[in-house]
Amino acid sequence: MDIKKLTLTLASRYGVSGEEQGAAQVAADYLKKWGPVHSDALGNLICALHPVPESGEHVMLCAHMDEIGMIVTAIEDTGFLKVAAVGGVDRRTLLASPVKVLAKEKLDGVICSIPPHLQRGEESKKVPQMDEIAIDVGLDGETAREKIPLGTRVAVCHEGAAMGEHRITSKALDNRAGCAAVLYAAELLKDAPLSCGVSVVLSTREELSCNGAKTSAFGLSPTQAIAVDVSFAYTEDAPRHKCGELAKGPMIGVSPVLSKELSAALTETAKKHEIPYQTEVMSGATSTDADAITLAGAGVPCGLLSIPLRYMHTPTELIDLRDVEYCGRLMAAYVKDTFGAAGKAVE
Amino acid sequence: MDRLMETIKDLSLLSGISGDEGRVREYIQKRLAGHCQMRVDALGNLICEKQGTKRAPHRLMVEAHMDEVGFLVTGITETGMLRFDEVGGIDPRVVIGKPVRVGPEGVRGIIGTKAMHMQSAKERDETVPLDKLYIDIGADTKEEAEKLVSLGDSVVWESVFTPFGDGFLKARALDDRAGCAILMDMIQGEIPYDTTFVFTTQEEVGTRGAQTAAFGVDPQFAIVLETTTAADIAGVEEINQVCRLGKGPVISVMDRGAIYDKGLVNLAIATAQSQGIPAQIKEGVYGGNDARSVHTARAGVRTLAISMPCRYLHSPSCVLKTQDITATRDLTAALLASIWEESAW
Repeated sequence: MDIKKLTLTLASRYGVSGEEQGAAQVAADYLKKWGPVHSDALGNLICALHPVPESGEHVMLCAHMDEIGMIVTAIEDTGFLKVAAVGGVDRRTLLASPVKVLAKEKLDGVICSIPPHLQRGEESKKVPQMDEIAIDVGLDGETAREKIPLGTRVAVCHEGAAMGEHRITSKALDNRAGCAAVLYAAELLKDAPLSCGVSVVLSTREELSCNGAKTSAFGLSPTQAIAVDVSFAYTEDAPRHKCGELAKGPMIGVSPVLSKELSAALTETAKKHEIPYQTEVMSGATSTDADAITLAGAGVPCGLLSIPLRYMHTPTELIDLRDVEYCGRLMAAYVKDTFGAAGKAVE
Repeated sequence: MDRLMETIKDLSLLSGISGDEGRVREYIQKRLAGHCQMRVDALGNLICEKQGTKRAPHRLMVEAHMDEVGFLVTGITETGMLRFDEVGGIDPRVVIGKPVRVGPEGVRGIIGTKAMHMQSAKERDETVPLDKLYIDIGADTKEEAEKLVSLGDSVVWESVFTPFGDGFLKARALDDRAGCAILMDMIQGEIPYDTTFVFTTQEEVGTRGAQTAAFGVDPQFAIVLETTTAADIAGVEEINQVCRLGKGPVISVMDRGAIYDKGLVNLAIATAQSQGIPAQIKEGVYGGNDARSVHTARAGVRTLAISMPCRYLHSPSCVLKTQDITATRDLTAALLASIWEESAW
């Protein structure tokens, strides 16, 4: 599997929360070769990689495939679009950004920026609120209304690209990088003799309360789960203790809401297989799908692996592909060691 | 796409901040070979003498600037991040989250900050000043970064040339590559009277190229071809919009750099009317351009500025309307004759 190509392709597709089909298609093309694939009522893409044995263990590997963006809430008579945020949009990155308006016919546009000479005093220092944001699609009101139904999603464009040998930048690496890691793990596991069932879930609507993970975990009721997301990679302006580092491996989550046993088992697996890893300690909710999975049905023990990422929720996110690879390998190694041919718990 | 639009596209993809206009100049020289006599002065201005069918009674200089706003690498930190400063006036609100290209090799870079999740509510609402930002080129150490870039390297935004909507186009550096493209278009065709066309440097850092070019060319008349801020967007009252896309070239009466020659302003308006070319008068005294230097050169030069209305000027996403571009070309071309035929100077 060419992880760079896969990650860049996944990230290049549009999939603002609630409309993840673009990303789902790419993932489904891989998964359907490896097992039956279906999507549930909320659009989660689910692949039964290994069927669940009767009253046996069932591992769910989950990464969300939605990305943050905007949604068209109104169209002015002059043709400018008013929008609201879908997920946590960093408003400081918006002005003068190129966007795709994801109507049936994808339209290009630019986020309006009031020129400096019209900004009075303090205004120039202020970041606009979402209700002050407007999108220029170069159409009059009538045509814009014809082509763009209210509710159309909008994403900021940034064509992804390699930066040096191991790094890439793109929009939506949160969390297409996680999707790539899960797909890589699935490839490593697809032919492995396992005593457990394995389901791969690429979930929807994570950026809005992890709703996809909530329903898919309920639907599958796995006996354990690993969620894969991205977390903060250190930059000089960030608090050091809250960040991992690029290229040092996936960050294994430790938190009161996560399974202590799974966190420990993932750490042991990393050590045993000499896969680089980092530990990320959180004092409560993790703001990832893990939060919803743990509470699904009668509860699911869940671990969390995060790929370190710089500039989260901007169009120019940055990751090191080795972390994606390590993350996929770690998941696969954990599952094989625990449920491999020999049966339970390989020492 | 016709020749003019192709040229604008090509020019908008070339990197050329003030003082580093070489790539733009070379492109223009190559394309204009055989169409005029060219020379380059000490500041890098490209001066083109174009013969018309007739001799002009006075020297007319028509000019546009080649440079664009951008950044300069001013430092490299121990962790391989680039410190930078602006070249030309850049609104700090349009900088974060935009991809950039650094140096002659176009190394990819990102201007980012810590994730919004780690920002305080106050931080989320405050523009970050440029001296607090850095460019990430994916290097981990100073040594690694130094292999890819050098102090003083130019930085430009990465921006795709994108036609959109009803005849609009979005690109980087349309200010003033669109003006350059119109000049090239006229030089590649036939003109009625001898004219000196100049592609200037360093406009964005104080109209410096124009100063030496105007001295060297010594014109009696000048037309500055530019782009100017249009604020005809959501959230701006009509009275403050300055000019509007789709309404044709903008004729300036006064801006922060110059009071324009009344005779030329009137001639431009009359020529637009007689030729049936839409035109608009700039509403408000804002901005400035090469006219600042040109009209005060030597003993003074009668100067006119004609601009294409441009949204989001000095950002990665300048927006022009194609009909304004062609109307600006048509008006300028018409003026090359009417300046000598409609007026007695």
